[in-house]
Amino acid sequence: MIGLPALYLLAGAVFAIFAVLSLGDPGNAKRIGNATFWGLLAVSFVAGDRIGDVGNGVLALGLVALAGLGLMGRSNPATTTADERSESANRLGNRLFLPALIVPVTALIGTFFLKDSGWIDPKQVTLVSLGIGVLIALATCYLWLKPPVLAPWQEGGRLMDSVGWAAVLPQMLASLGALFALTGVGQVVGGLAGAAIPSGNLFAAVSAYAIGMALFTMIMGNAFAAFPIMTAAIALPILVGQFGGDPAIICAIGMLAGFSGTLMTPMAANFNIVPAALLELQDRNAVIKAQIGTALPLLAVNLLLIYFLGFR
Amino acid sequence: MNYWLLMGILVVVIGFVLRLNPLLVVASAALATGMAAGMTPLSILAAFGKSFNESRFVTIIYILLPVIGVLERYGLQQRARALISGVKGASTGRLLIGYLLFRQVSAALGLVSIAGHAQTVRPLVAPMAEAAAELQLPDLDPPTRDRVKALAAATDNVGLFFAEDIFVAIGSILLIIGFLKQNGIELTPFELSVWAIPSAFAAFAIHGARLLLFDRWLARRRGA
Repeated sequence: MIGLPALYLLAGAVFAIFAVLSLGDPGNAKRIGNATFWGLLAVSFVAGDRIGDVGNGVLALGLVALAGLGLMGRSNPATTTADERSESANRLGNRLFLPALIVPVTALIGTFFLKDSGWIDPKQVTLVSLGIGVLIALATCYLWLKPPVLAPWQEGGRLMDSVGWAAVLPQMLASLGALFALTGVGQVVGGLAGAAIPSGNLFAAVSAYAIGMALFTMIMGNAFAAFPIMTAAIALPILVGQFGGDPAIICAIGMLAGFSGTLMTPMAANFNIVPAALLELQDRNAVIKAQIGTALPLLAVNLLLIYFLGFR
Repeated sequence: MNYWLLMGILVVVIGFVLRLNPLLVVASAALATGMAAGMTPLSILAAFGKSFNESRFVTIIYILLPVIGVLERYGLQQRARALISGVKGASTGRLLIGYLLFRQVSAALGLVSIAGHAQTVRPLVAPMAEAAAELQLPDLDPPTRDRVKALAAATDNVGLFFAEDIFVAIGSILLIIGFLKQNGIELTPFELSVWAIPSAFAAFAIHGARLLLFDRWLARRRGA
């Protein structure tokens, strides 16, 4: 049965190739930094389950040191010019979209049809299908476009370098979240939020829950971490216990109030910081700035939805 | 209450305000939090490493980059641009509203991984949005170009966040059910997911309206 371990081996191989190609790139003065960073990530994927918790901690610290000391640069391998790309786009036409669609279509088919096949771990079917899709798409590109053997890896490595250290920020934030959970940071925040509500005022209590969900999500980068704490501190004892609200409505929409916070924080790195790097935007926070105008009114709407729907 | 535990949050906020390297900020915040709780440095390191290892799945998506990279080498972005340049009356706002609708409908059906920043935004949606903006404002300046690309990424996030909870088997719905069960409240996924629908409509209306306002802003700048 194919599950996460096989997928992690594939990812480890991809990062190892990025590492080796980085090392052989004379155009990048910081090539040793890049090679070490992607090499460490390859080790994490291949051997993460065997090096122990402290080993993983040391590995993570290594990544932090490389990024924090500014030891990573960007590779710039030879590639096609803009004119060559336009010419090739005209020649190949809309068929160029087909290999790009192989990955999502494979993920789709896998999710629907391979779940109960017994070949794939049913819990990881979407991720594994995505991995299979990548392999099929790569094979298609090699057979159809006949690129130089190293070209997909050099181009992929260039994109990887443009993301740089931001690629592991989501994992680091998950670790910080785990430490917050372990030490009970949430209970302290929840206690403060619960104590701040004037008693007997339903609107104030709903506001504290919705805005508290958004704010705490912004701090944690993740509504999943904020939800149990804010719900235990405010929603269950006050909104449901005192005011007799409907827990389904309050919790479902309360989670979405948290999602409004996700749109406004650099801590939600994979949604807000990584795309800014992938799109090569000048301002690291450009995506967040583009989202605030949607997130704030949406937070207000979610707050009012809880207030008007949750207490009938 | 041990209020020293809030040190980690303070470190995060100060670190981001001073624009220090976020990896450094996050690691320092973890250290500060662990120390405030009286953990030894070694047990902090172990807890950090354990969770780092367990969350590797979020970093898997980069195995897609060689495919995207080689297709870009053969002109994928140019093709995406050309496709939009040929559509009369194409606009950034209308294109992104179409994408918002696609993202919301597919996410509501549970198909969250078929699109995303690496899968669709960088190779397809962002270049298409740029091409549409060039139709609206022929000499597009670099800051406006970045704004268009940022809006493309923002549209993906808004569409995903405010529709995925309509699907009954998504992580956040399961989390709510598990949490409420521990507190003696039994609910079915459907009883929760139906209450994600009003916010989905609100997200479409609010973000869609902003995208149309962006179209108007581009039109005004062309007239000016």
